[in-house]
Amino acid sequence: MSDTHKSHGLHFGLIGLLALAYFVLPAYHSGNLASVMVIAIYAMGYNLLFGYTGLLSLGHALFFSAGLYGLGLMMHLADWTPLPAFAAGLIAALVVSAVIGFLILRTTGVAFMIVTLMFAQAGYLTILYFGKYTRGDEGFALQQASRQIAGYDLSDPGVRYLCALVLFSVTLLGLAYIIRAPFGRTLVAIRENEERARMLGYNVTAIKLKAVILSGVVSGASGATYALLFGYAGATFATVQYSIFPLLWVLVGGAGTTVGPFVGALFMFYLIDYASGKTEAYLLVVGVTLVLVTLFLPHGIAGTIRTRFLRWLP
Amino acid sequence: MEFGPHLLLASLEGATTAAVLALTAMGLSIVFGVMRVVNVAHGEFYMIGAVLAWFIATSVGAHPALGFVAALLIAPLLVGFLAAGVDRLILRHINYDPERTIVATIGTLYILQQTTLMTFGPDARPVEPPFNSRIALPWFEWGENGFEFYFPWGLSTTSYKLFVIAAAVVILITLWLAITRTKAGLVMRATQQDSDMAQAFGIPVKTVYSVVFGLGAGLAAIGAVLVVPIQQAYYLMGHDPLLLSFIVVIIGGLGSLPGTIIAAILIGMADGIISVFFTPTLAKIFATLVVAMVLVFRPKGLLGKSTS
Repeated sequence: MSDTHKSHGLHFGLIGLLALAYFVLPAYHSGNLASVMVIAIYAMGYNLLFGYTGLLSLGHALFFSAGLYGLGLMMHLADWTPLPAFAAGLIAALVVSAVIGFLILRTTGVAFMIVTLMFAQAGYLTILYFGKYTRGDEGFALQQASRQIAGYDLSDPGVRYLCALVLFSVTLLGLAYIIRAPFGRTLVAIRENEERARMLGYNVTAIKLKAVILSGVVSGASGATYALLFGYAGATFATVQYSIFPLLWVLVGGAGTTVGPFVGALFMFYLIDYASGKTEAYLLVVGVTLVLVTLFLPHGIAGTIRTRFLRWLP
Repeated sequence: MEFGPHLLLASLEGATTAAVLALTAMGLSIVFGVMRVVNVAHGEFYMIGAVLAWFIATSVGAHPALGFVAALLIAPLLVGFLAAGVDRLILRHINYDPERTIVATIGTLYILQQTTLMTFGPDARPVEPPFNSRIALPWFEWGENGFEFYFPWGLSTTSYKLFVIAAAVVILITLWLAITRTKAGLVMRATQQDSDMAQAFGIPVKTVYSVVFGLGAGLAAIGAVLVVPIQQAYYLMGHDPLLLSFIVVIIGGLGSLPGTIIAAILIGMADGIISVFFTPTLAKIFATLVVAMVLVFRPKGLLGKSTS
């Protein structure tokens, strides 16, 4: 079996397993799994930029909340139906990431991280400033009656799970395809040696901008999906913490692997869930994990499996 | 109050902010200058300085001045040792790789903050200032009756706020003399210029890194001990100083110590004045965007020379 077949097997196997999990797992866990799939989309979007292009952003919450509010405000204030509102979410993320990408790519290294952090902070404050419409930290709920597509109620656990699974699968397979395509190979080339990629004649800045936009749109799609399926939008999702979460998920799962973001999101979701039942200071878990992963597991879970056992892992 | 006295009041508030900010940002700037790493946990060292000040001041219990002096001496030292420990246990093992250091210090941020939440609790607690007399300020005017001066209602400051400004100036001058005039300062500058060459000349670079990391955190802690009688000790108080210190270090030019001081005065004063005259959220949005733009279009800051 060739490596391509193996990775197809892995991706379809994972999707099949997730489909099966709905019927096997108790309702509580399948509900959790729906959340994990949605946030895994966010992690996959982040991974495209961090894992494959080598750009560490500390401001992806801006793109996530662009999608979240793009959909949320349209449904909440303009009474749009879910599908056009979802498109509005994607367009919002597209515009924001194109503008921000154009600016941030003028910087590199540490400055890049700080600038992304600053823009995300400005975005968060902007959401607070327009509290009349966004309701600030408190946020607003989307009415159950409006969250219907073709008569299917998106707040129903089964429909919600299916919806999350479909979007998760599309993102997983789509990104896996892009990464194998020439575009994805170029991203890896830029990550490994930007100067050489430039010498070979690639327009590195233009390619990186495309990566930022693609990553931003996928993150925005995750935000829009989250608002749609769970019926809530709030400024908390735009805080620094939500910029650090995808970094954490990707680092734990394995940067630059296709399944790593999902693995990391799943692992951290249950770890944080467990810790928040034990103590008020559950974010301690986040800190300890970040430090331990940086010290002892620099390739993450899937990355370590790849270097140790399965060389073909995509 | 009229515009003139109001502006003077805002400037005084701004000067206090600027003094504390200069100390905190200087810590971040020294760490970046010598070690070439960004310490995201810097704000948490500040917060722990404030919390320790509360612990020390309440356990001494005698006259507030005694507790305050004890806090000012002990808290920064403890925070410095804590930071040196973080350097030894974590940063040394990831070889001060810039990106991994950021991730590791984000982790450290959560560990310190959440440990404080578990021990100190979620309440904000005050520390009593050692002295706090109210000083009314005169305002001069060249009016119809020639030169006159009076005390406008509300135009006043406290002796403690003036002390904060003076203390910050003294500490920063001491630091400047230590860096430029002493053997330890020379070793530090040698490490900053070329750590490999310094190592070759027998300078224990790793120890220098630990000391510098401790010094940086200690400076933040001094700033926090000074500010805690004005504000309160609170486990989430590290967020704003971190962001403001980032802004100051960037505007001043990464690695430029004089630039850091100038930027701290600029930003601190602006913060004080803007927040008196405009809504704080809009001011913050504006300030954050300006800084981001400075970094985008002038990546080395206003006084930055060295390339990172």
